[in-house]
Amino acid sequence: MSDPQIEGLQLKPGFKGMSEDTGSDQTMFKGVHWGKAMMWIFLLSDTFVFSCFLISYMKGRGSTLVDWPYPSEVFALHVGGVSVPLLLIAIMTFVLITSSGTMALAVKYGYEKNRKMCGWLVLATALGGLTFVGMQAFEWTKLIEEGVRPWENPFGAAQFGSFFFMITGFHGTHVSIGVIFLFIYAYKVFAGHYENGGKRGWFTTMKGDYVEIEILGLYWHFVDLVWVFIFAFFYLW
Amino acid sequence: MVKAEKKEQSASTHKIGIYMWIWGLLFVLSFFSYMVDWYNFQGMLRWSLILFFMFLKAGLIMAFFMHLFWERYALVNVLLWPMTAIACFIFLMVAEFEYTLFSRAFYFVVGGGA
Repeated sequence: MSDPQIEGLQLKPGFKGMSEDTGSDQTMFKGVHWGKAMMWIFLLSDTFVFSCFLISYMKGRGSTLVDWPYPSEVFALHVGGVSVPLLLIAIMTFVLITSSGTMALAVKYGYEKNRKMCGWLVLATALGGLTFVGMQAFEWTKLIEEGVRPWENPFGAAQFGSFFFMITGFHGTHVSIGVIFLFIYAYKVFAGHYENGGKRGWFTTMKGDYVEIEILGLYWHFVDLVWVFIFAFFYLW
Repeated sequence: MVKAEKKEQSASTHKIGIYMWIWGLLFVLSFFSYMVDWYNFQGMLRWSLILFFMFLKAGLIMAFFMHLFWERYALVNVLLWPMTAIACFIFLMVAEFEYTLFSRAFYFVVGGGA
């Protein structure tokens, strides 16, 4: 999505362009908004945080002699007397993907200066995120009532609880922060902060621009991305 | 400077179809990975299917929803090469958990060498 032209100069694509970008002075990420580059650097550091959590989970699960709780049964829901494996987790996954799709469309409509569509889609994304957090709260409540604690649980290896609460809790925190910002930015879009050259933002003299929606989108897609890995390694493995 | 900053905004948008396709694919792939659990596949088949669908989903999200497919290589390479460090860390910790597992089995279950 970056501009291949800077002040009329055509930037070279591919690896040739990369060597010229990195070898030149001034800016390395040419045609990339500084806020977007900084969000990516933040997401890279966040990737390392979540990787460390998942790797420590792998180490903990791999080194215990006690059987690991069977996630398919631990996370099952009873619907009409029938136990459906991972039902809640599957619904949570679909809700998060839905909100990821609305976010991607919001970015697209933002760049097309379609204020109303962009605003409604950001709002829909926020509501999707809120639904996800609500279902996660329900899941935590259910497991805590069943006796799952960070130091013990009735299903198997004691480490299960600490990894579960740490990993899903950290992810849930990211979702919650995302939801707060999505509501703020839905307001900013509807209020026209990015229209007619942009309105001055908070704590800055710089004018707003729809690129902020793409930066917000990067964060939101990252939250979805992390869930893909948690879903695979924690719930399915 | 003012002119340069203005030029930094992305100019092009993509057709809505590409987002719809990726969105649909993500739903289908999620459904498939849920089916892995539903049909209770076990062993290598289960693990390879889980990893396959996981990497496919992650790749689609990063490439299209996060626009990495259309970004400058300077940014893409800065973001993707550090992942090799994570891969190295995984290999180290696999060796570590195997050693810990062996030690626990040897000293707690077998009772040590004595």
